Amino acid sequence: MKTLRDSWLVFHRYVGLTLRNPAWVVIGLIQPLLYLTLFAPLLKSVARAPGFPSGGAFNVFVPGLVIQLGLFGAAFVGFGLISELRLGVVERLRVTPVSRLALLLGRALRDVANLLVGSVLLILLSIPFGLVVHPVGLLVVLGLQALIGMLFGSLSYALALWLKSEDSFAPLLTTATLPLLLLSGVLLPLSLAPDWLRAIAAANPLAYAVDASRAVFNDHLSDTSVIKGVAIMAVLATAAVVTAARSFARAVA
Amino acid sequence: MDTNHIIETNDLRRTFKTRQGPLKAVAGLDLCVAPGEIFGFLGPNGAGKTTTLRMLSTLLPPTSGRASVAGCDLLREPQQVRERIGFVGQRGGSDPAVSGRNELVFQGRCYGMSNAEAWRRAAELITTLELESCADRPTGSYSGGQGRRLDIAMGLIHRPRLVFLDEPTSGLDPQGRARLWEEIRRLRREGMSVFLTTHYLEEADALCDRLAIIDHGKIVAEGTPDQLKRQIAGDVVKVGVGGNQEAALELLGGQPYVREATSRDGALRLAVDHGEAVMPAILRLLDGAGFDLQTISLSRPSLDDVFLRMTGRSLRETAA
Repeated sequence: MKTLRDSWLVFHRYVGLTLRNPAWVVIGLIQPLLYLTLFAPLLKSVARAPGFPSGGAFNVFVPGLVIQLGLFGAAFVGFGLISELRLGVVERLRVTPVSRLALLLGRALRDVANLLVGSVLLILLSIPFGLVVHPVGLLVVLGLQALIGMLFGSLSYALALWLKSEDSFAPLLTTATLPLLLLSGVLLPLSLAPDWLRAIAAANPLAYAVDASRAVFNDHLSDTSVIKGVAIMAVLATAAVVTAARSFARAVA
Repeated sequence: MDTNHIIETNDLRRTFKTRQGPLKAVAGLDLCVAPGEIFGFLGPNGAGKTTTLRMLSTLLPPTSGRASVAGCDLLREPQQVRERIGFVGQRGGSDPAVSGRNELVFQGRCYGMSNAEAWRRAAELITTLELESCADRPTGSYSGGQGRRLDIAMGLIHRPRLVFLDEPTSGLDPQGRARLWEEIRRLRREGMSVFLTTHYLEEADALCDRLAIIDHGKIVAEGTPDQLKRQIAGDVVKVGVGGNQEAALELLGGQPYVREATSRDGALRLAVDHGEAVMPAILRLLDGAGFDLQTISLSRPSLDDVFLRMTGRSLRETAA
């Protein structure tokens, strides 16, 4: 099918660009690694507090950290698109018969690939710190991460096509991602939170992803939070992809 | 719509919503471009040239109106239009980190060419457009002229019947411009139709078979460069004769090819239709009657005169 062929074509182009500049994938890991080395140790004492989930500090923190990498890794991809808008690349590609969906999917799949590579690296680097990994669980987490990548990547692209400028994009992005992060239980589990905070967090899709990730890492694959997290992410990711593909069709650039 | 035309529009309009209210960038455009011609859109910045171009190349939907491009209905068959047209925008659209050759191959594949076809065709265009020296370097390192030639190569990779060029020579030095003009003429020789926008009078005059002058979203004049110029005024032949000015004036004024003869600042001004053709006759006439012919010159109206007459403004001023 044309969409598949075109998506592969676009994907191939963007992977090529990334391979020429792989530094960015590694740089994206710096933030989570800093959290791992400089923040996680503080959790050891917090882990004894009532309400802290079982499993040890790292097994509670790192799954959240992986989701955080997913959020920040994906949310900022729009910057690349904005500079492409300026260069006229988007305009040039939109004049060709390449499928509009492929213009999105090719990029988003490249972002997901970057994300998965980074996630695997992060998980591997956490093992010496005491993280325990189960292979099936790992696959589920990577699948979840792929959905997060598609969701936030697509939203980032749609936003970039709408705003077209770094000056408005950057502040909007940082303002939007911070509450998502704080209300997701990444830094500290929400079980420690007061009821009102937990109620607000219930509206945050990312919180469900974090719960799912924690459940999977602690080998509770049959926990309902896993199904919930994956399902919510899948639905939202699909909606985001559709929205962003439409933005590519309409883009006035 | 008569699909013998490579482009045909019917009351094409595009209005933008701005904070100051609706902006009618294109306010009802009717135009026809015949296949195999170089058609130009001449007008000051902000006239609606680029907006029209973007509508015709499917980048921007019209607010209303119809158009047929390369034999396909613009609104109902945009994908087919895209397959048949090439587009060279003002910004080119190549990634600075990718080599010219790779950009060309990718572009070809976007049009459905196989990898092998795309490579072959890229090599062909690299040779034709003299990009051998830079083809395998990243496009970010290209000079203005090289970049523009690459952009044109990308627009032609799939052998389209119709190519849109948006201000193709803006930013180029005179040499680069002359080269590109030759390139564009070569496209016509190969049977392609070219639709270009420009705000350079010399370019419109030198390059276009036909052109339309656009201002404030509407076409104010249309025709071949010669037709347009002749519409406004004919040529003016200025003759400086020694001796009896009135006699010379009377003699010349009586000639059938002279529309009007006046005397001004010691010279005779003759309004004629085809200055080049009548100058030899004037010379022979004055010489045969024994007049002392001292100076003779020919001035032709320019497209700026046309623009000035049609819109009340000079294109040179507005382009500055």
